[in-house]
This record gives sequence, C-alpha cells and structure tokens, in this order.
Amino acid sequence: MTTAIRYSFGGDEHLFVELSESMSLEAFFRGLAMTRAVQALQLPGIHDICLANASFQVRFDPDVLPPDRLLAAVQGVEDLAVAERRLATRLIEIPVLYNDPWTHETLMRFRDRHQDPSATDLEYAARINGLADVEAFIAAHSGAPWFVSMVGFVAGLPFMFQMVEPERQLQVPKYLRPRTDTPKQTLGHGGCFGCIYSVRGAGGYQMFGVTPAPIYDPAQRLDYLQEHMVFFRPGDIVRFRAIDRAEYDRMLAQVEEGSFTLNIRPVDFSLDAFLDDPRGYPRTLMEEPA
Amino acid sequence: MIKVLKPGLATSIQDLGREGYYHLGIPPSGAMDSYALRAANLLVGNVPGAAALECTLLGPELHFAEDALVALSGARMTPRLDGAEMPLDEAFVVQAGQVLKFDYLKAGARGYLAVAGGFDVPEVLGSRSTYTLGSLGGFQGRRLAVGDELAVGTPATSAKPGTRLSGDLLPACGGEVTLRVVPGLYHHRLTADAAEAFFADTWTVGSEADRIGYRFKGGRPLAFTPREQPFGAGSDPSNIVDSCYPIGSIQVPAGLEPIVLHQDAVSGGGYAMIGTVISSDLDLIGQLQPNQKARFVAITLEDALAARRLYKERLQRLEQVLAS
Repeated sequence: MTTAIRYSFGGDEHLFVELSESMSLEAFFRGLAMTRAVQALQLPGIHDICLANASFQVRFDPDVLPPDRLLAAVQGVEDLAVAERRLATRLIEIPVLYNDPWTHETLMRFRDRHQDPSATDLEYAARINGLADVEAFIAAHSGAPWFVSMVGFVAGLPFMFQMVEPERQLQVPKYLRPRTDTPKQTLGHGGCFGCIYSVRGAGGYQMFGVTPAPIYDPAQRLDYLQEHMVFFRPGDIVRFRAIDRAEYDRMLAQVEEGSFTLNIRPVDFSLDAFLDDPRGYPRTLMEEPA
Repeated sequence: MIKVLKPGLATSIQDLGREGYYHLGIPPSGAMDSYALRAANLLVGNVPGAAALECTLLGPELHFAEDALVALSGARMTPRLDGAEMPLDEAFVVQAGQVLKFDYLKAGARGYLAVAGGFDVPEVLGSRSTYTLGSLGGFQGRRLAVGDELAVGTPATSAKPGTRLSGDLLPACGGEVTLRVVPGLYHHRLTADAAEAFFADTWTVGSEADRIGYRFKGGRPLAFTPREQPFGAGSDPSNIVDSCYPIGSIQVPAGLEPIVLHQDAVSGGGYAMIGTVISSDLDLIGQLQPNQKARFVAITLEDALAARRLYKERLQRLEQVLAS
C-alpha cells in the first residue's frame, strides 16, 4: 500500500486523516493501526480519536496541543500503519428477523422517497445486486461475516463492511430523500455498508430487517451493555443469523425481563489470511461455534 | 425545586458538554452559545460550566417552590416575574411561589437561564448536558415537558442580586453574521466556481436549524467536480466513503444546501465537507434564527488560532469582572 495519507485540519479543533478515498479492509486496518499508535502516545490535549471506514479524526484542544505538534506526532506513526495485520477481536452473533413487519410498515410509509416505489427495499436490493429473489439476498447478507469499520452517525451505530470478494459486495444506493423515521434496531444498508440503527430516528439506508438485541442503552440493563452503554467497537466481527418471528418474540421477552444475552467469543483475525482466501477464510468464522 | 408549567419550544439542560465519546457517535452536546451559558452562570455565582436551561426561540414558564437567584443571558427574551419586567444579563431574586416566564424573542435564538447552585441532574459520561437523540443526560435524556420538577444545587455564598454584565461583555445577537471558516477536508472536490460562490454569496438560515446542525439556503448551488466515484462512496458527486464529521464542519448534500454541524452533531456520514466553522464562531450560529442572514469567510488555521486567543481573553475578562 503506497497511497499517500492525506491530512487536513477541520477548523482549530480537529485533524482529519484520510487513508484512502475508497473503501477496503486494507485502508481500515491502516487507520486502526494508526489510531492505536496515536492513542499509545497518550498526548495531553487529545479529546478523542474517531476511527472511520477509511479515515480517522482527532478532536483536540489546540491550547494544550498545538496543531503542528499534533500533525507531526500523527505523521510520525505513519510507518506503523502497514505493520499491524492481525487483530484480536470479538466474534458476535446478531439474530435478525429479516423482512419484518415494522420496517415493512415504515418503508411503505416512505415509498415516495424510494428509487423503486413498486418494490420493497429487499426486493429492490436483490434485483440490483443480480440475485434471484429476496431469499437469495438474505442468504448472501447472512452468509458471510461483517467487519465493524466505524461506530457513529448517532450514538453506538455500527457501520459494517462484509468480508467477501469485491465482486460479491452487496451495494445499494441510499433513499432518494432520507426518511424522518426508522425503527430502532433496524438493519440498514447504503453504498457498500451495512448498519444497525441503534436508536429510532431519521435515516437514508435501505431497510432489510430488525434485531431484537439492543446495542445502545444509557440505562445499561443487559449483561453485555454493563461495560459501556455503547456495545460495538470498530474491529468487531459480526455474523447475522436469520431467525423467525417466534424466536424474535421469545428474545424480545428476554430483553424485557433483562435476561437476553448475545453470543460473543474472542477471535484472532488475520487480514492476510482473508486477502489470500476471501471466500474460504470468512467461512471458518461463520462455522466456528458461537 | 422548580416546576415546569410550560416547557417552551425546545428547552433542555445544558452545560459545557462532554468530551471523549465522539468516537462512539456520542457528540459533545452542551450549550450552543457557550459564552452566554458562562455569563449566566457567573452572574449567579456559579462556576461557568454549571448546568443551566437552554431556552430556544420560545421560553418556558416556571414555578419556583423555593427562593432562588437567577439570571438570563444570550437571546433577547425579556424575563417576567409574576408579570413584572426583569432585566436581562443581571442576577435577580425569585421568591418562593413566584412564576417566571419570558417575552417573545427580540433577537438571538437561545436564552440561558442559570440558577444559583445549578440545575441538579446526574452527570452522565462527565456532563449534565442533554443529548436528545441518544436519550442521554440532562433531565431524563430529553427536553423539558409540562410537570417536570427540577432540583437545584446548593448556591455559592458569593452570589448576590444586581450583578450585571456591561460594555463589550454583553452578548451580541441579531443582524447579519460573518462566520469564519477554515477551508479543507474535501474542499478540493468543489469546482473553482463553487469554491468562490460559497464565500461570495449571502446565505439564509433555513427552517431545519437545530442542535444537530444548521441548514443554509439562498446561495448558488455548489457543484462538485465529476469523477468516477471511489468504491463505497455512493453515486452522487457530493458523496464520500463515510467518514468522521468535525463539529462545525460544513457539508453540502447534492451540492444544494450547506449544513453546519453543531453540538449534537451526527458524528459521521457520507457527504463531503468543504471546511469547518472555527470554534470561536460556533456561539454566533447558536444565536441564529431561521431567515437570518449569514456569510462565510475563509481564513487560515493561524488566523483561527488567533481568533481563539481573543475569544479566550474575553472569557477571562468575563470571569475576572464577575468574580470581583
């Protein structure tokens, strides 16, 4: 990777660092490695290091850390950006009720803002990705794991990038005009990115289903939200498991009584193993017992 | 205890915000005009960053169950105590049983009502500020509603009525504003004409103007240079691979209406940002009403840092004058 890293100041309190204009796991890994290296410097005056898909941003106090010193420090860790290609992370199984009644009701309400008002979001996504039908789309969506490549937009919302060869990457445009409503915990998709809407609100991504699992809760009621009210971190690996309505309802009842939990296990991800075998390696992540 | 009789249009508890959670999508929040928040707090003897009420466009109506020392700064919305006109930018006493409300706004957009002792809500992630989108902080994570009962902390003994602002320490709001911008981020994606037009045109605040961001209308459309879009960026020339958004950054979806993000910013997304309003001009945006005019002027990072020094000096004078 020889792409030059681009630096730009976002006013007097942000340094913006672009690893690549286009999305790839390579670019994400460079960003991950660099942000970890900057974090390790423990520079006073840094408020926050925000990692995104193929870029990152440092929010800082220029009274404590002058911008030129921050820039020099970040440039100083550039070499580390190619070094780290393994990641000790979490493999998380997220149950999903695809084609659920709530996102269906919502997408029907906002049909006038959609590219194809005569189809549902799933039918449209299946068609433009060259898949036979909704079932085939769901199989592709839940058939390979996803990398959390950014957390943000609103509190705790994960952006996810599927671990497949570029030609199998599912791509859909955003709505023509954003919706003013999206159900909480909706599975969305825009461009090449999947997401889970952590809170109810506006949104422009296509809607495919809903998970019963809360992923953001300021009250931290469930065990996996004890450590932090925001569940996801960049670098997490997600696999979606299709569930039916009966299982969804059961899980929702568990959420309400506080006993719901997620299958989470540690995993060691290798970027090179993935790049060498982008079809076979992710399958090993899907087949590991949760 | 203070009881909310009418909540106003969008009243929430804010302090100076929280840092350190933006990477999880949790924005700083905090007062949209942090100078006015500090002024109101200092007038009643609080620390500058105590929790106060941010009252947007239409103020609340409040019943005081106990005596309190209060002050309003920021937007020009004259306080009325049991109907009697009270001064802006000056500490005054409210007695138990009295009702405080506010006249229609004359200028500005957000008044800050501080009470000696501060509004006593739990700190969440290091701040008492409300982040409504995430139902976090402030009073139960939301704007105030009818019947809410707000607890007040213990006042500092130094607080005294009649303390007031004067001269250049008075807040300024109203009229056409100039917002200073450091161009950058994806500014290079604009055509040369668009880059020139953005700073040449006069813009008008749109109706979509809130704590997340301010949308501006009335300038020429801003064209982005056509290109083969990078993988993952989306098809519109204004699209980028979703990235982080600085507070104050200016995005222009489809090249039509610039949006300046503010304290409750969405932390990232897929629209190219063309620059960032400097931190010391964010207060000016917090006092803009819909239909008010604004212009953007390009400055260097060095000039932004110089402006920041002047802003901090004014804050220091504010503290010195009101502490003495």
